Amino acid sequence: MNEPVLGGMAQTALDRHEPLLRVGNTNCGGCGFSSLMQMMRHAVADQPVHLVIPACCAAVSAGVFPQSTYGAPTLLTTFASAAAAASGIASVARMNGEDTRVVCLAGDGGTYDIGFATLSAAADRNEDVLYICYDNEIYGNTGGQRSSATPAGALTTNLSRGKPEQKKDILAIMAAHRIPYAASISLAHAEDAVRKLRRALDLQGFRFLHVLSPCPTGWKSEPALGMELVRLAVRSGLFPVLEVFDGKRYVVNIEPDFSDEALDMYLSLQLRFQKSGITAAGLRPDIDRHWQNLRALSGRIVPARRSA
Amino acid sequence: MSLKLLSANHGAALAATLAARANRAGRGFCSGVYPITPSTECMEYLCLQEIEKGRVVKVESEHSAMAVCIGAASAGARTFTTTSSNGLAYMAENCIAAALLRLPVVMAVANRTLGPPWNIWADHGDSLLLRDQGLIQFYCADNQELFDTVLCAFRLAEDQAVMMPVMVCMEGFILSHTTAQIDVPEQAQVDEFLPLTAIPHRLGDTPHALGQVELPHQVEVHRHQHLAAMNGAVDVYAGIRDEFERVFDRRLPDAVVAYRAEDAETLIVSMGTIGATAERVVDRLREQGQKVGSLRVRLFRPLPMEAIRAWFAGKQRIAVVDRDVSLGFGGVLWGEVNALADPGTVVQSYLAGLGGGDVRPEHIENMLSDLLPRTSAGLPAMMEAA
Repeated sequence: MNEPVLGGMAQTALDRHEPLLRVGNTNCGGCGFSSLMQMMRHAVADQPVHLVIPACCAAVSAGVFPQSTYGAPTLLTTFASAAAAASGIASVARMNGEDTRVVCLAGDGGTYDIGFATLSAAADRNEDVLYICYDNEIYGNTGGQRSSATPAGALTTNLSRGKPEQKKDILAIMAAHRIPYAASISLAHAEDAVRKLRRALDLQGFRFLHVLSPCPTGWKSEPALGMELVRLAVRSGLFPVLEVFDGKRYVVNIEPDFSDEALDMYLSLQLRFQKSGITAAGLRPDIDRHWQNLRALSGRIVPARRSA
Repeated sequence: MSLKLLSANHGAALAATLAARANRAGRGFCSGVYPITPSTECMEYLCLQEIEKGRVVKVESEHSAMAVCIGAASAGARTFTTTSSNGLAYMAENCIAAALLRLPVVMAVANRTLGPPWNIWADHGDSLLLRDQGLIQFYCADNQELFDTVLCAFRLAEDQAVMMPVMVCMEGFILSHTTAQIDVPEQAQVDEFLPLTAIPHRLGDTPHALGQVELPHQVEVHRHQHLAAMNGAVDVYAGIRDEFERVFDRRLPDAVVAYRAEDAETLIVSMGTIGATAERVVDRLREQGQKVGSLRVRLFRPLPMEAIRAWFAGKQRIAVVDRDVSLGFGGVLWGEVNALADPGTVVQSYLAGLGGGDVRPEHIENMLSDLLPRTSAGLPAMMEAA
């Protein structure tokens, strides 16, 4: 079966023989993480990988002992430990001459909040680890509470009104660690995503990937619309798709058209935004400011959408 | 063999270094460390050693230090870390994970009072936090014993029938910072004593997960296995003592160290360095004709119940001295051994040296003066010792 999202790329001779995410997993329909794992399978090809997964949806997906949903050796860790445990695995692999790619797959909670000190320290030590945050913005593990990954305007199970603060700019924070590679990935742009997954897998040192991962359960959206929602987030400028080399060279990979219509559509297709009354106009000034910074950092002369 | 003057902290680190090098033909050594008084010197010493096929990862917290050990052990390496007090409390979540994942991490713990209010001196309350979590615990009374026990801890932790973390505890400052003579073996002897680390469930090349969801019946099976392995560790340790003697030509102390206890009517039961003081008190009181003996519990988890019960048999009075307190109960050690005495024996709980107060011979003599007139045990007695 070809994955439509990959434009038929999956199941080619380049793919890893064993799927990274096997059939029979417990992920919800429309889960962005499932699509990410299909792309990973394609990008990994025949390289050996070890997975390190802290408490998050992906830990539940691993299945019940003694089965495993993952087609690779996998360590499930405590919530705040992924990057440190991966440091241990990678260290031992290197001292034994093994070139396995050690990949953390962590949700937004284990990355933005409780696991942040661990992540920051592993980046500081420039461990030979690829850290992927599949960010569904909802603390999926516990069912959708407010966090520093909750986007502005979203309702959570423990907020009576939409979140007034903006979400943490995790990519900028990780880039500020001056790691070899930090990038954001849009699952709706498969070729760009697979290219960056491959680059991140091939590089040495600490690499960080930020993936906006649609979550129909938490976003209260139509499962089939996940990829379309990501596309809208990218088009509108809400989710910038870029890569940062060594913390200084910024490259914007996908040019948004800063469409208010796309942003309105993005908000209106998710119940988590609908009830809060947040509008495209309310989000636009912060998006514009963010892009002005990105222009300056990336040296691009294409102006951001002019503010009214 | 060579004699060296070393603090217990440095001794623990040197033992770990020798054990690390002994695994150079295996999967190597990897340790995560983070400083905290009074175990800092142990991690500093370890960080400065040359270890072929080894790495010491200097992380940002004790929690991550144990996470590095978990990752390294799951990749098949020999692992070690050291901490103390609040560091151990912060590390606790991952200590429990290492135990439940059955990973043979060895830890040197410099016992220190938990806070705030801050206090950096000795108290057993920190390591006792992990009493019930599936980690083996030793409490040592001198530098040589600590050094030997750390070496033995690798062998015990990595034994195929045991396969779980081992904590080797020393009272902060009293041992950790006291320099004494340690008989340090040659690397070749350590190589002979320690087989290469072989963790049967380590992550290899095949798809296989460590630590995924378990349903109640699976947890029951794994707890049963863990309990059986823990209880079996008493006998495994006895075998390791023989092997230790064969290689190093000296004997590791027993799981419980009895001193002039055979014909004693009164026993002083303790852990760690208080046991060494108690032995001096026994000598002094024996000179006065009192039939007193000492029993030092060295192996606290698993608790060598049979041995303790045998030593308790026929005793009239037992003073259990705790450098810790289970608030709302009494001494932790007292609670553990109380039921092992004969029904008529008076087993009295004494709390002493909390927060690092000196426990001197006269304090223990005061306890015995308090104990002798008693015909039944009373509430835990707090003995002023500072």
